[in-house]
Amino acid sequence: MQTLYFALAIFLLLNLVAGMWRVMRGPSAADRMLAAQLFGTTAVAVLLLLAQASASAALRDVALVFALLAAITAVAFVRRAWPDEKVEDDAE
Amino acid sequence: MVTTLLQWTFDALLGLVLLWLAWRSLASTDLFKSIVLFIAFGLLMALAWARLDAPDIAIAEAAIGAGLTGALLLGALARLRAVVNEEGVTPQQQPLLRRFPVWLPAILLLWVAAGLAYVVAALPPYAVGLSAQVAANLDASGVSNPVTAVLLNFRAYDTLLEMVVLLLALLAVWSLDIPLAGVAAAPGLILDTLSRQLVPILILVAAYLLWVGAHAPGGAFQAGSVLGAAGVLLLLTGWRLPPRLEGLPLRMILVAGPGVFVAIAVLTTLTSGQLLQYPPVQAGLLIVILETVATVSIGVTLAALFFGSPPRGKQHQ
Amino acid sequence: MTLSDYSAAVLLLAGAFFFLAGTLGLLRFPDVYTRLHALTKADNVGLGLIVLGLAVQAQSWAAAGKLVLIWLLVLLAGASVSHLVARAALHRGVRWWRR
Repeated sequence: MQTLYFALAIFLLLNLVAGMWRVMRGPSAADRMLAAQLFGTTAVAVLLLLAQASASAALRDVALVFALLAAITAVAFVRRAWPDEKVEDDAE
Repeated sequence: MVTTLLQWTFDALLGLVLLWLAWRSLASTDLFKSIVLFIAFGLLMALAWARLDAPDIAIAEAAIGAGLTGALLLGALARLRAVVNEEGVTPQQQPLLRRFPVWLPAILLLWVAAGLAYVVAALPPYAVGLSAQVAANLDASGVSNPVTAVLLNFRAYDTLLEMVVLLLALLAVWSLDIPLAGVAAAPGLILDTLSRQLVPILILVAAYLLWVGAHAPGGAFQAGSVLGAAGVLLLLTGWRLPPRLEGLPLRMILVAGPGVFVAIAVLTTLTSGQLLQYPPVQAGLLIVILETVATVSIGVTLAALFFGSPPRGKQHQ
Repeated sequence: MTLSDYSAAVLLLAGAFFFLAGTLGLLRFPDVYTRLHALTKADNVGLGLIVLGLAVQAQSWAAAGKLVLIWLLVLLAGASVSHLVARAALHRGVRWWRR
């Protein structure tokens, strides 16, 4: 099982690296930001796998903090920092 | 055997991607792309800390480096655009290297790299470190997590200075007094619901990290930064502190962390003659008090850092 | 390898496959909105299957519970943020793909 955990961790890390291409290319700012979202989720999965592989329960706490904080950056992007001239925020 | 090889591959891949991210983040001319790459860098840095067997730092890096710094940088970018839009210029990152001859930074880098290589080569094959002494004195420290014992007991002086530095950073930002550009519209239904769900969860997780820091990775800084994230989310939905809390109560909370720390330092100096020497019987209680006050203070300070401008008290109107 | 090992391995591999699908979607789909769609597949199903596979092997109910909690939080945050980003993109006039 150890080998499977680490092999999957490497596979997910490679996925993450592949996603960087979208950050570099992504024509709009939203593309870059949602690539960052995918990185966050992939990192959560990697941390959970590492937690099981090295029997370190603390890494699950790290994954918990990751899961929560990834949303904050995205909300800050949507509400504050969309890099375009139109500053009309979402009106519901 | 295969497992060790896989671990090495993972670590090598992580290291290479970190280096690449650092380079691209500094070298790109689009500021927003740099910020997103920096956030990704923070994420992978937290993974690196996790692989280095340092979960305490990993939690702090995830909360501060990836989450809060990302939000702070995005806020700074928004303010920058508001300022330069009046002058009709697009914000762009100037590649620093273009201003110097190419060989000058290269020589400096080679010099630093050679120095570091020499230091690493001169290290003893088995690093001794201080873990033996820490383990020997852990029982008298009041907690069972060695990291918390070092941060809040053995080297409490450094933590005291860090808290003062955080307060000074906030004062520096307040002295700049750049108001948030434009009035944010009311949050839509989705953002409203999300914040109503997430903010209590964030507060609970902060309390959990504070409690667990005594015997497992966690502690005041980690809990404080998660609390700060809750504050940032609230501010992003357009919530503002009620005016009667903006003046003295806010300032009291901000000062409470370093203030209580200094008070305990004075107290221990008076009673035992040594700065921050806790009596072993009360050490646990002192650490709990310090951590709780520090958590609230750090959280409010970080949220205030994100908001940027000082509260408009009555005397400003 | 016991039965729980086998089932955990199958679940983990399935989850990794969905992560691959999400990344491929992120790279290959033609515009922001379809990429968001691919992203949430990785979030929900990919992470869900991995969490399930790890929960089967977990040492205690508390650990398994924490795993499920993390997955639920990622679901909540991911779904809300996708909606927010998509609607903001629409308001700012990001074009969608036409065949």
